[in-house]
Amino acid sequence: MNLDAFFFYAFSTLALGGGLLAITRRSAVHAAIALMVSLLGVAGLYLQLQAEFLFVSQIIVYIGGILLLFLFVIMLVNLDAGKSLRQFHKNWPLGAAVTALTGIALAVLLSRAQLPPAQQMPSTGNVELVADTLFQDYLVPFEVASLLLLVAVVGSVLLARKRA
Amino acid sequence: MISTMHYVAVSLAMLLIGTVGLLTRRNIVIILMSIELILNAVNINLVAFSKHHGNAAGQVFAIFVIAVAVAEAAVGLGILLALYRNRETVQVDEIDLLKW
Amino acid sequence: MNFPHTFWLDTIWLIPVFPLVGAILMMLLGRYEFLDPQDECTALENHHHHDRGHDQDLRSPGGLRWAIGPLCSGFVLLSLLWSLGAVLAGRTEQILFTWVAGLPFPTFDGRPAVLAADWGYLLDPLSAVMILMVTGIGFLIHVYSIAYMEHDGGLYRYFGCLNLFVFFMLILVMANNYLLLFIGWEGVGLASYLLIGFYFKRKPASDAAMKAFLMNRLGDAGYLMALFFLLGIFGTLRFTAIEASAHPLLPWATLLLLVAATGKSAQIPLFTWLPDAMEGPTPVSALIHAATMVTAGVYLIVRSAPLFALTPEVGTLTATIGALTAVIAASIALVQHDIKKVLAYSTISQLGLMFIALGVGAYWAALFHVVTHAFFKAQLFLCAGSVIHSLDGEQDIRFMGGLRHRMPHTFRTMFIATLALAGWPGLAGFFSKDAILTSAWASSPALFGVGLLTALLTAFYMGRLLFLTFFSTYRGDVEIEESPKRMIIPLWVLSLGSIGAGWFASPFAAWLGATPEAHSWGVMAASSAVAIGGLGLAYHFYLSRPGTADRVESAAAPVAKLLRAAWYFDDLYEWAIVRGFARSGGAALSRLDQKIVDGGVNGVGWLTRQTGAVGRWADTWIIDGAVNLTALTVKLSSFPVRFLQTGFAQSYALVIVISLAALAGWYILRSA
Repeated sequence: MNLDAFFFYAFSTLALGGGLLAITRRSAVHAAIALMVSLLGVAGLYLQLQAEFLFVSQIIVYIGGILLLFLFVIMLVNLDAGKSLRQFHKNWPLGAAVTALTGIALAVLLSRAQLPPAQQMPSTGNVELVADTLFQDYLVPFEVASLLLLVAVVGSVLLARKRA
Repeated sequence: MISTMHYVAVSLAMLLIGTVGLLTRRNIVIILMSIELILNAVNINLVAFSKHHGNAAGQVFAIFVIAVAVAEAAVGLGILLALYRNRETVQVDEIDLLKW
Repeated sequence: MNFPHTFWLDTIWLIPVFPLVGAILMMLLGRYEFLDPQDECTALENHHHHDRGHDQDLRSPGGLRWAIGPLCSGFVLLSLLWSLGAVLAGRTEQILFTWVAGLPFPTFDGRPAVLAADWGYLLDPLSAVMILMVTGIGFLIHVYSIAYMEHDGGLYRYFGCLNLFVFFMLILVMANNYLLLFIGWEGVGLASYLLIGFYFKRKPASDAAMKAFLMNRLGDAGYLMALFFLLGIFGTLRFTAIEASAHPLLPWATLLLLVAATGKSAQIPLFTWLPDAMEGPTPVSALIHAATMVTAGVYLIVRSAPLFALTPEVGTLTATIGALTAVIAASIALVQHDIKKVLAYSTISQLGLMFIALGVGAYWAALFHVVTHAFFKAQLFLCAGSVIHSLDGEQDIRFMGGLRHRMPHTFRTMFIATLALAGWPGLAGFFSKDAILTSAWASSPALFGVGLLTALLTAFYMGRLLFLTFFSTYRGDVEIEESPKRMIIPLWVLSLGSIGAGWFASPFAAWLGATPEAHSWGVMAASSAVAIGGLGLAYHFYLSRPGTADRVESAAAPVAKLLRAAWYFDDLYEWAIVRGFARSGGAALSRLDQKIVDGGVNGVGWLTRQTGAVGRWADTWIIDGAVNLTALTVKLSSFPVRFLQTGFAQSYALVIVISLAALAGWYILRSA
């Protein structure tokens, strides 16, 4: 087995394993930590796919931002108090079954997929490439995304403030 | 050899994990986390194909997905806080005011 | 009038239209208060004899009552003027429109013919005489009625029916075919019924109206059968198109026409309705039952003269019937106490004379007598009306007398008319009766004898009437004064006719295209003697030796009894027909009423109940069921859909995932 495959399987295990743990933990904090592990695995996969910029932003934004936010809110809401309660639905088999079904269908589809031949990435650095693409071809969505973030900021502040 | 399809398979698995968590858990925070898992699965897919096609469009799209995930997480947690203040619960099946 | 002659001839269709307009106006507007505010029913008891102190004067003589009479009289006057214009203009036949479209049928001889009749008017000398007489005398009587009926209610009905009568009579005499004539024939019967029954609240009046109508109906049946025979023989009903030629079945046609005329002109055996018809107002009696309607039968036979000329047997029968009627009616008139009944029987008797003339073929003489008779008989009736009006409804001559001085105008005109009717030489009746008697003499001495006897009786009973009413002393107790001028003037106008009409005998005959028999001085002498003698006899019986009448009566008591009972005709009919029909018919009708009519009504009730039950069931199950079904459908169909709204976000997510699976599945299937 070469290095490529080893790292791939390692990062995949982190990602999928972390995900599995995240959805099955009783304690919300444990689930958040598991999610962090999963996200780290995903970041590793980005690195292997030669998306360095995304690797870094994933760690900084996703783990350092969103996950932290989750942890703060968990602590604010004192979610662990509900640890003793039932965690899963009454009819969780239905959800599982449906998901399995969907999985099978998608797997079948994918197995029939015929990809076009692979291309080589340009030899410029990834950040440069991303920057070029982002600010030349996708400038407008970029601006709209910033607007979206503004709305999100305002919205969350509004939603979460204490009523006087 | 690790081909693009491997990454797609990982993406699919992560998607399914996230879906199961979304449909099955009662705790709203866990549900939000499952949503983050789904979004990440999508990101993996995008980046894999970005490498496959040899341009950065997929990666740029993944950046936008991250941005959206951020916004959604912020607003979602804000809702959760407001909900917790009103209902004193974060179990989603106890919040069914829109029931028939 | 500087109109071209053709104007009058082109507009002869207007002549019946004027009184029709009057009748329609009265029918439509008459009921309204503004026209006739008097309560008409209370005033219906008017003019009943022996009714003292019933002074039903108008409680509120208001509205436009005063206009009704002059308006309707005006319409008749217009008809009169148009008639004059038309008659002076010439003769014509005017077809207005085709009324009965052609229905082909074979005649008795097998010739093909078409049953068609049109609404057309024929103006020839015969119809000219009749329309002038009808409109002229009709107009005078309308004017007289304005004053006579002043205190009566229901004025609009009276004048409307009078105008209607004039309309139908004009249709009758102006018709150019037998079918249209029949329309007028029936119409005058209807008008007569309405007018005889004018005081319909009195049972005798309504009974009399019914009797008149039913007897007329018998005649009408004969007319209809005659129509069929005529169609079968000639194939057409138009007067100008019928070529009179002998035919084995022609006697049937003329016989049936005679039956019709008998009914309308009150001959034996269909005459008993006329005396009872005196229940109507006196002007009505004057117009309808003296001058016009009863002469319709005579007109019919004169119109069919070519046919009658070819059937001498029927002619003989006609003369016989006429003779019998003349004598019998005159004899009944001898013992009547009611003024109007005397005049009624007198009318029947004179009609009998006319039928004698018709029977022997002297059609012009019959028509001439129609005209003169119209003058003096109408005059007599109007004078009688004047007397009755002044005496507050008294009609019994035993309670009259001595009116000569109190009512001079009425007396004088009545005197003239009496003389005219009796046949005093020089007056109208003399000439017309002379014409009839001359033709009777030429045909059969027996007929002549009967005619002469009738003349004698006529003179006698008219004298009796005159003397008892106007001479000696007054035997009643009512305040008497002469009638108003409006009633007197028509009397004087009529007397002009009574006096002078007779002199036009020869021109009359010539105009009609007939040749009168040569004058016979013997006949003239005989009729004059009879007239003067009869009057003298009456004078002797009732004035110079009062009491003679009673002595003669007690001496010939059975004869008197026979006469009083009108030769038992009424009793015969009553026993044979009325009782018979009433007995058997009544029982049958009662059973009919119970079983069928009541059964029908009950059946309808039962049916209603059943349909009601069905309706109830329908309402409960169908209508309510539909409503409930709708609600149930909504409930059932919402049941599964309801659960989609769980308010539970995860179930919505489930749906999303399911649809994702479905989409994937579809893609799989597509690419499979």
